[in-house]
Amino acid sequence: MKRTNRILTVLIFIFLYIPMAVLIVASFNTGKDITHFDGFTLKQYARLFQDRALLKLLGNSLIISVLASFLATVFGTVASLGLHNLSPKMRSAAMTLTNIPMTNPDIVTGVSLSLLFVFVGSKLLGQRNSLTFWTLLIAHITFNLPYVILNVMPKLAQTDRSLTDAALDLGCTHTQAFFKVTIHEILPGIVSGAIMAFTMSLDDFVISYFVTGLDFITLPVEIYSYTKKPLQPKIYAMFTLLFLLIMVLMVSMNLLQLWSDRKRTTARAKK
Amino acid sequence: MKKNNALLLSTPYLLWMVAFTLIPLGVVAYYALTDPATGAFTLNNLKSLNLYWGVLWQSILYSLVSSLVCLVLGYPVAYYIAHRGRVAQKMLYMLVMLPMCMSFLLRTLAWVGLLQDTGIINNLLAALGLPRLHLIRTPGAVILGMVYNYLPYMILPLYATIVKIDPRLIQAAEDLGCNSLQVFSKVVLPLSVPGILSGTTMVFVPAVSTFYISQKLGGTDTVLIGDVIERQFKQGNNPNLGAALSLVLMILVFVCTGIMNRFGADEEGGVIA
Repeated sequence: MKRTNRILTVLIFIFLYIPMAVLIVASFNTGKDITHFDGFTLKQYARLFQDRALLKLLGNSLIISVLASFLATVFGTVASLGLHNLSPKMRSAAMTLTNIPMTNPDIVTGVSLSLLFVFVGSKLLGQRNSLTFWTLLIAHITFNLPYVILNVMPKLAQTDRSLTDAALDLGCTHTQAFFKVTIHEILPGIVSGAIMAFTMSLDDFVISYFVTGLDFITLPVEIYSYTKKPLQPKIYAMFTLLFLLIMVLMVSMNLLQLWSDRKRTTARAKK
Repeated sequence: MKKNNALLLSTPYLLWMVAFTLIPLGVVAYYALTDPATGAFTLNNLKSLNLYWGVLWQSILYSLVSSLVCLVLGYPVAYYIAHRGRVAQKMLYMLVMLPMCMSFLLRTLAWVGLLQDTGIINNLLAALGLPRLHLIRTPGAVILGMVYNYLPYMILPLYATIVKIDPRLIQAAEDLGCNSLQVFSKVVLPLSVPGILSGTTMVFVPAVSTFYISQKLGGTDTVLIGDVIERQFKQGNNPNLGAALSLVLMILVFVCTGIMNRFGADEEGGVIA
C-alpha cells in the first residue's frame, strides 16, 4: 500500500514536470521544432536578450503585476481591518461579495469587465478606445483583492485583541497601534496574499485577454497570438529563465520560513 | 467609534467590489437582453441558446470526468505528502505549486508537441518499433490537458485537509480492531470530504470554462462552451450572444458550487488552499 502510493506519487510528479522539461530542452535546441532535438546551442538566449519587443512585453507584464499586487495588498489589508470589525451579518455579506471573483470562471470575469469598460467608455463617455492600461490595471486589482483579503482575514481573527488594547491604553493612537502591534501579527498573511496576487497577475491570460486594448499588451496575451503563427524558440529560453527564477524564489521562501519556525521553537524551548 | 472606523475602512473596498464585480454582471445581463444591432430589448439571444445545449453538456461531461480523474490521481499524492516529515512536506508542496506559477499556455503547447502525430510520443513509439497512435484532437487529449493543468488545484486542498487529520483518531481506530482498509474508509476518507469538495470545485470551474485547452488539444468535435463564448467576442462579433452564454455558464457554476457548499465545504478554507 505504502509502496504503491510512493510509486504513484513519483509518476504523477513526472507527469506534472514532463511538459516543462520538453520546453526547457527545446530552449537549447539548434532547430526550430519542439519535437526534434538537432543539437545543443545557447543562441536562443542571446536572441532573447536582443529582442527589444519581447523584453518590452515582459516588462509590461511585470509593471502590471507589481503595480496591481502592491495596490491590492495595501487596499486589501486596509479593507480587512474594517471588515474584521464589522457586525457578523455585514461581514458575511462582504465575504460573499469577495468570493464572487473567486468562484466565477475567469472567462466570465473577463467578459463582464470588458463589457463594463466598453459600455461606460463608448456609450457614456464617447471614447473610441475604451480598453487601456488603466482598465487592465483595474481588472487585475479586482481579481487580486480576494487573495489578499482571504489571506489577511484569518490572521486578523487569530490576533490577540488585548495586545492592541494595551497599546491603546499606553497612549497609542489607532494608527500607531496598527503599525506597532497588529501589522507584525498579520504580516505572514499580508506577504502570502501579496505573493499569490503577484503570481496570479503575472500569469493571468484569460481575464487580460478580454480586457486588454491594443496599446498595452502583456506577455501571455502575446504568446496566445503567437500560437497562430509558428512559435519562436526564444520564448522557450524565456520560459526556462522564468522557471529558474520562480524555483529560486520558492526555495528561498521555504528555507526562510523553516529557519524562522526553528528560531521560534528554540526561543520557546529556552523559556 | 469602532463601528465608524470599521465602516470607514471597509466602505471603499465594498464600493470597489460592487463597481467591478456586481455591476459588470448586471452589464452582462443587459447585453444578453438587448439586440446587437438596435440595442432594443429582445429575447432572441436567449432563444438562440437552444443551439448550444449540446456544447454545454459536453463541457460539463468533460470537466466532470477530469475532476474525477484528478481526484483519483491526486488523493494518493496528497496522502503521501501529508505523511512525510515537515521539511519534505514543504518541498513537495512547493513542487506541486510550481507548475501553477508557470505559463499554462506554453505548458499546453508542450503537450501539443508531445501528442502530435509526428510528436515526441509517436517518435518514441516508432523508434521502439511500435505502431504510431493518433492522440491529438481527440476527447482524450482535451481531458488529459484539463487533468494536467488542474491537478495541482486538487492536490493542494486535499493535502491541507488530510494533514489536519488527528493521528490519534487513526490510532484509536486501529486499537479498536480496524484493518488499514477500514481505517481508510471509516476515518480518513470521511474526514477528507471538505478537501474533496473544494478540490473538485477548483478543478471543475476552470475546466468547464476553458477555451485554450480545447482549441489546442481538441478537434472540431470537442468544442466547449468557453470556445463558443471566446468566438462571439473575438471573432464572431456578437457580444450579445456571448453575454447570454456567459450568463448561462455563470449560473451553472453558481449552482454547482452551491451544491458543493451544501455538502459541507468549509467557508474560508474552501476557496483558498
